[in-house]
Amino acid sequence: MNSAQIEIQLIASLVAIACAIPGTFLVLRKMAMISDAISHSILPGIVIGFFITQDLNSPLLIVLAAFTGIITVVLVEYIQKTGLVKEDTAIGLVFPALFSIGVILIAKNANDVHLDVDAVLVGELALAPFDRLLISGVDVGPKSLWIIGVILLITIALLIAFFKELKISTFDKGLAASLGFSPAIIHYGLMTVSSVTTVGAFDAVGAILVVALMIAPAATAYLLTTDLKKMLGLSVFFGVFSAISGYWLAHVLDASIAGSITTVLGMVFLLVYLFAPSKGVIAVMYREKQQRTEVSLLTFLLHLKNHNEVEERHVNHLREHINWQKVRAKTVLELALKNNMILIDNDVVSLTQKGDTFTSKAIDYIITNEDAQIEDMKDDFFLFRG
Amino acid sequence: MENKDNNKTPVSTRVIAVKVDDLTVAYNYKPVLWDIDLEIPEGVLMAIVGPNGAGKSTLIKAILGILKPIAGSVSIYDKPYDKQRQLVAYVPQKGSVDWDFPTTALDVVTMGTYGSLGWIKRPGQKQKKAALEALEKVGMLAFKGRQISQLSGGQQQRIFLARALVQNASIYFMDEPFQGVDATTEIAIINILKELRKAGKTVIVVHHDLQTVPEYFDWVTFLNVKKIATGPVKDIFNDDNLTKTYGINYKVSIQE
Repeated sequence: MNSAQIEIQLIASLVAIACAIPGTFLVLRKMAMISDAISHSILPGIVIGFFITQDLNSPLLIVLAAFTGIITVVLVEYIQKTGLVKEDTAIGLVFPALFSIGVILIAKNANDVHLDVDAVLVGELALAPFDRLLISGVDVGPKSLWIIGVILLITIALLIAFFKELKISTFDKGLAASLGFSPAIIHYGLMTVSSVTTVGAFDAVGAILVVALMIAPAATAYLLTTDLKKMLGLSVFFGVFSAISGYWLAHVLDASIAGSITTVLGMVFLLVYLFAPSKGVIAVMYREKQQRTEVSLLTFLLHLKNHNEVEERHVNHLREHINWQKVRAKTVLELALKNNMILIDNDVVSLTQKGDTFTSKAIDYIITNEDAQIEDMKDDFFLFRG
Repeated sequence: MENKDNNKTPVSTRVIAVKVDDLTVAYNYKPVLWDIDLEIPEGVLMAIVGPNGAGKSTLIKAILGILKPIAGSVSIYDKPYDKQRQLVAYVPQKGSVDWDFPTTALDVVTMGTYGSLGWIKRPGQKQKKAALEALEKVGMLAFKGRQISQLSGGQQQRIFLARALVQNASIYFMDEPFQGVDATTEIAIINILKELRKAGKTVIVVHHDLQTVPEYFDWVTFLNVKKIATGPVKDIFNDDNLTKTYGINYKVSIQE
């Protein structure tokens, strides 16, 4: 690895971390689309800043772009508040308008400006190491690294200072307001951080990847944990992992770095979506199958409990009477036998003591819905996990 | 003959916990609460009743400063709400939050302590201890580590109640605490509310089930955009006020 490669991976990783932190809260606040809007509508801010300074890395660009980001949020909320259109429609109205103003500004001045729409959309990470920051003539590293580094430090400091406030206003706006933590201040604070991060990351990864880096790692983490701090940690991990492996994927395929990172983000999400231990598609399907079996088991046990007549408890009768497929009846019988809930004597089924107690308890639970008494059953049976 | 019953004490001699003056709240310039004057004496367990859209939740939210009124003022023990936050606890409607949020029962209850901490300061051992005590009071200690989406509706409501208890407030506002809970939880909650009243706290509850008003509450406010009536349940909970509030001929079937 040469130093340019290391620098690119470092920039990509810092961008990923800086995006994952506000992204986690955006996902929890169901505001993923807002980050898409911000990433596009900051374009006129960047363009105007660039015209003034002629420098893509000027702090003025960040200030102006962050300002346009906030304007986007305010406009969306204003249109939504009229009650004439829904939030997603308002977002769809605002950001293309602002984005197209940026596009026209670039096109009108294309001749004397080094800024094109392609670079805006997908960024140019590969070129980042060429733009150096010189402090009194000494090369201290790529400019983008410093910019995103500073933004990341501020983001982390704000996260640590206001973690409690972010959590309470995200979970329960009403409570936050009644306790004196103005949800509006926290909301606009988060929007400002998201805008600034977007601008800082923009130049390196472009408008589309910024959205992917904000939303995909957080959405992936959401499927894996039920703890906010762990969700933040996992988002950061998935972001950095995708940034670095995306870089090497691009290296192997000789393709766009931004495109490769986004692809990895998508793949990681897909894998977790399928295989996450409790919220994944496969786990949910398995759980539903278990629940079906257990409902059948309970139906079966209840039937045995209600009937003493031998003919009602004959194995063949059960198949006909409860109207099950052969396979299903077999699975249920085996499950009951395995748990020592029934005895089969001459093809006549009867409940054991254990099966009898279990049935009574289960029926009690279903009727009263009081679960304190059957906490121990929950581990064995998915059915009772609510 | 003198009646020593607490509820017969004239309102004028009791300390007023919450005072609402000329309060008007509007959504998009359409008033949902119209010129409300209300005095809630200290130490009552009060139901706010009225039909859907009567502005019951809006009244609570306006008192708590969550909604900005277009006219009028609110005072808590003679001072504006902003200065008296510490005295007030709020239990929002259960449906107002996302129960899939990645957090545990204990963490949600700990949020009740955030108000006393103020900005930036983090909850520590003291806050955690208070939260555990509140969980125990509502019978949910065994569930402290449970992710909140894994709790039943009644358990979630108990968690919300515990979060209010941990604030150790003087005035409790609750928005439909009995909605979607089972009978056992309802009894558990009302017993805790009665205990709060016994301890001299003021409890204000948005309530839907008119049948249980005389059994649960000692004070009631009838609301339908305007205030219809407010006072002791035994004096004003009658067919006349119910008809005025709900607009149909109402008969209180279980009044004793």
